Amino acid sequence: MMAFLDDFMLRATLAGLGVVFAAAPLGCFVVWRRMAYFGDATAHAAILGVAMALALSISVLAGALAMALIMALAVSGLSGRGYAMDTMLGVMAHSALAFGLVAVSFLSDVRLDLMSYLFGDVLAVGKGDLAIIWAGAALVVGLILWRWQALLTATLSDELAWAAGVNPRREQMVLTLALALVVAVAIKVVGVLLIAAMLIIPPAAARPFARTPEQMAILAAMIGALAVVAGLQGALLLDSPAGPSIVCAAALFFVLSNLGALVKAVKP
Amino acid sequence: MSLVSMADLSVAQGGRTVLQHVNFAIEPGEIVTIVGPNGSGKSTLLKALVGALTPVQGRVTRQSGLRMGYVPQRLHIDPTLPMTVARFLSLPRHATRARRDAALERAGVPELADRQMSGLSGGQFQRVLLARAILDDPQLLLLDEATQGLDQPGSAAFYRRIEEVRGELGCAVLMVSHELHVVMSASDRVICLNGHICCEGQPEAVASAPEYRALFGTGTGGALALYRHEHDHQHDEHCDHDHSHEAAE
Repeated sequence: MMAFLDDFMLRATLAGLGVVFAAAPLGCFVVWRRMAYFGDATAHAAILGVAMALALSISVLAGALAMALIMALAVSGLSGRGYAMDTMLGVMAHSALAFGLVAVSFLSDVRLDLMSYLFGDVLAVGKGDLAIIWAGAALVVGLILWRWQALLTATLSDELAWAAGVNPRREQMVLTLALALVVAVAIKVVGVLLIAAMLIIPPAAARPFARTPEQMAILAAMIGALAVVAGLQGALLLDSPAGPSIVCAAALFFVLSNLGALVKAVKP
Repeated sequence: MSLVSMADLSVAQGGRTVLQHVNFAIEPGEIVTIVGPNGSGKSTLLKALVGALTPVQGRVTRQSGLRMGYVPQRLHIDPTLPMTVARFLSLPRHATRARRDAALERAGVPELADRQMSGLSGGQFQRVLLARAILDDPQLLLLDEATQGLDQPGSAAFYRRIEEVRGELGCAVLMVSHELHVVMSASDRVICLNGHICCEGQPEAVASAPEYRALFGTGTGGALALYRHEHDHQHDEHCDHDHSHEAAE
């Protein structure tokens, strides 16, 4: 049963697709709401979660999810209180990463594994990982679809949302939760350092060709999926690391898309 | 019953008390204008009214199920967010094409449905905001300095459109403005705000009230006449404030 999943490349591809399908709609909101650093801080906090999980011998996924959620909540709580947000987020993102790296270094037996948490280890994804990734992705997509209209309204303006009976603080919480989930399931695929790239690059590549928010999210998912397939094939061909190769492919699509938009704009 | 009422409301923003002991209510069908200098708490009052700010004291009572249409001071749509006018009108609830077209027609911009929000001129943008605000047939229309960034003829046209919309929908209108000359005469009631309610009453009464003149000087009293309606040209029957005209420096 499920024998077709015995092929590691197929498992890797499916894992990547699961991540990009969740990251695309969420990433659109990260872009529209200018939360790129927010994504970074949440993702970097996950490495601290990984270290703690290894030290306490609990599930790495649970540790990463918990730390990502704590960081996301902390950042959410601080936003809109008059701090210089980009500075604050820069401090939190990088110190979370530094503390995480130091914490991992104390665990001598996992030192060799560090790279796999930083850059992902998608070729080693097992069937169990795959199930977790797809369950998490489905949860995130479901959550965002359910709240889609309210999230968009809150993204436009807080007051507009309040007047229409939408609580923008609740919608911010939905995004926070979705972000922590995506970070937790994406560690295995692209690693903590490059999760934010998978959130931001596909939507940014989709932007020139979208006329509505929905088009942008769907296009972003398609571009992300192409990047996964192209990146993994490229990694196999060039013997390059898989996670970064996926991000490279996405970045190339971004360049192509913007060149395409430029040509379209110049043509009479 | 009042659509919205505020009882002894105090609101703080960023640690500073912006509004103190405000008592205010708006009745169905009424047009009320709030005027006041910058930083007087006009926008804060509207934010507290829609529920975006929690008061430190007092409370806001909204009629249950109240439909509010809100036209913000300005709306910045991030350039990374693609949004057609038609799509914008369907937020947060889906609106049928017929309803969208009717609202755009009523707002005076029937041809814009397929345009990108980012490609609209200032006047078109404000009218699309108005179309969205009246889409759900609101009982209360809120306008927060909605003509900021429009030139004089543009904002006069915008306010004429508001009066027409009000005539068709019969909704109450609460607007915030510092463009006194354009706004005041169209109102049933004017409230002069400066952290608290300084004075309120019919436009002519407020324009000649000493509290109002202390805030705005007498110059605007003359400007007020610019946009006075022909049909309420009654100069004799005034307020019962005892106001002196010595204020002309």
